[in-house]
Amino acid sequence: MSPTAEARRLPDRGTGCGARILRSWELLLAVIAILIFIANTQASPYFLDPWNLSDATFNFTEKAMIAFAMAFLIIAGEIDLSVAGIIALASTAMGWALQFDVGAAGLAVIGLGVGVVCGLFNGVLVTRLGLPSIVVTIGTMSLFRGISYIVLGDQAFNGYPESFVWLGRGYVFWVVSFELVLFALLAGLYAVVLHATNFGRQVYAIGNNPTAATFSGIRVARVKMILFVLTGAMSGIAAICLTARLGSTRPSIAFAWELEVVTMVVLGGVSILGGAGSIPGVVLAALIIGMATFGLGLLNVPGIVMSIFTGALLIAVIALPRLYRLIRTGRAA
Amino acid sequence: MIRSFLRSREAILLAALIALVLLVETRFAGFAAPSNLAAIFNDTSILVILALGQMLVILTRCIDLSLASNLALTGMVTAMLNAAMPDLPMGVLIAAAIGLGLLMGAFNGLLVWKLEIPSIVVTLGTLTIYRGLIFLVSGGEWVNSHEMSAAYKALPRTEILGLPLLGWTGAAVVAAFAVGVNRTALGRAFYAVGGNPGAAIYTGIEVGRTRFQAFVIAGGLAGLCGYLWVSRYAVAYTDVAGGFELDIVAACVIGGISIAGGLGTVTGAVLGALFLGTIKNALPVAGISPFWQMAISGAAIIVAVAFHARRQPGRVILKPEAAR
Repeated sequence: MSPTAEARRLPDRGTGCGARILRSWELLLAVIAILIFIANTQASPYFLDPWNLSDATFNFTEKAMIAFAMAFLIIAGEIDLSVAGIIALASTAMGWALQFDVGAAGLAVIGLGVGVVCGLFNGVLVTRLGLPSIVVTIGTMSLFRGISYIVLGDQAFNGYPESFVWLGRGYVFWVVSFELVLFALLAGLYAVVLHATNFGRQVYAIGNNPTAATFSGIRVARVKMILFVLTGAMSGIAAICLTARLGSTRPSIAFAWELEVVTMVVLGGVSILGGAGSIPGVVLAALIIGMATFGLGLLNVPGIVMSIFTGALLIAVIALPRLYRLIRTGRAA
Repeated sequence: MIRSFLRSREAILLAALIALVLLVETRFAGFAAPSNLAAIFNDTSILVILALGQMLVILTRCIDLSLASNLALTGMVTAMLNAAMPDLPMGVLIAAAIGLGLLMGAFNGLLVWKLEIPSIVVTLGTLTIYRGLIFLVSGGEWVNSHEMSAAYKALPRTEILGLPLLGWTGAAVVAAFAVGVNRTALGRAFYAVGGNPGAAIYTGIEVGRTRFQAFVIAGGLAGLCGYLWVSRYAVAYTDVAGGFELDIVAACVIGGISIAGGLGTVTGAVLGALFLGTIKNALPVAGISPFWQMAISGAAIIVAVAFHARRQPGRVILKPEAAR
């Protein structure tokens, strides 16, 4: 194989056949999203109501915020399964701080701060001690949520101030919620950072070959540390929005979200082995999951059955192109 | 041989386990009594069995997050079968449970083998699919104790020599693994595939097929545990064993099974599971709120993995990619 052909096979290259595959993946997601949208309008007369559509966005905005940072982390070849645990701990910290009357801004700072500290803790364990992130974050997942359980037990924190609750339930204008605006801003920010900055290129380089990245002068440990802190911070932001929206904190808050966030990222075309993926793909995956679950909800399908749909979609979207390729090469041979 | 065992991570884990038991014993006499230890082993048997199945999968550089959902689905199916046909012999029911578990494991394994989809993605998907299927087959209903036949509930509780049959099943699986993993070609193939997949191919081991076999065995064991779990707690509902998949991985990690594959022992997996089980049983005895358990097992995982990583022989300067 000639070197140019070899170079073209790099999964993240913006030109050549890699870009075509990438583009067709997002095209596939867009087609699925449109099909689900059409199916929803046919299935329920209530779907097209602007307020209903606006409600639908709450199904994915908080998870998607974490998914953006998680996409960076997975592209860099790491993973963070503790994000839901961070939400629980950050939310518990905010609930605990209610007694000091710190106001909405104070609560938000506390939530974000806990997220950053948790991310830092994961980052230190992975980059300083050289431990595999999947194991570390399975551990911290239990640890973070476990601290919530120790503090709260079977109790709950209630009574968040109205100005704080606005962060989760408020509307900027008409049907556009604050969360949706935040989601859109963050999507744009993450897309620019990943696809148009040096830092973004470094993330891809690390995911494709950490050794080569090290020898080309990228501070691998530092970049990974930043990504863990970023994921923690996004979990903190998600915790602020979710706590405000629910208006209460229980230790079981956001239970099993880590798996839904990873599903979103992988469905968005990010390679679980690292080195490839895009933010537009993750945004589309978030729309698909959010719309599908909301549409099924309008049809009174229980949440657990929707999860079959999400799981099947995750496997089908990845399996079908491979199955097609397998059959085609089988015929050629 | 004794000296090499004393230096191994299993010996350290065993020492930690004994220290834990003795620590609780000093404050609450009777904790280390043989009958109580047998009760703890019995209580932990299901985790031991599943950790051994998970060990095989992890050895081949894969992971199976769907084991708890598999367990819950087979448990529900056996409970419904039993409620509908109370006269069905227990042998048939257990065979059905194992068969269904094998099938679900095979589905995971086929996707990993034939389509080469990373196992974490496959089992993340089947984790939710299998769990959702429980709701579909049961319609969200519970199968309660009074709907199950006496034989269904009694079997794992039957005591032989002071240990219930549940505990004996755990012991039998441990014995089978001790022989199978160390003394058979297939057992060694799991290590070969995880240790160096490239070299495994050259020795005539098909990597994908071996991974498939690991998933099938783990699935079959999860099916068996489905019956054991539901019959032991005498209730089946959609959320049975929710979140248990991570406890299984935690037991393996504490037991020193390397998530990067190819490294780990049956003794380690068993001790890792027993360590978690002992903590779970010690908390109420020591008067600590059960709400502490999650944080403690999380901390135990982190300490264990940090400790094992430090002792890994021949560390390279650049960390090799952790397989997942």
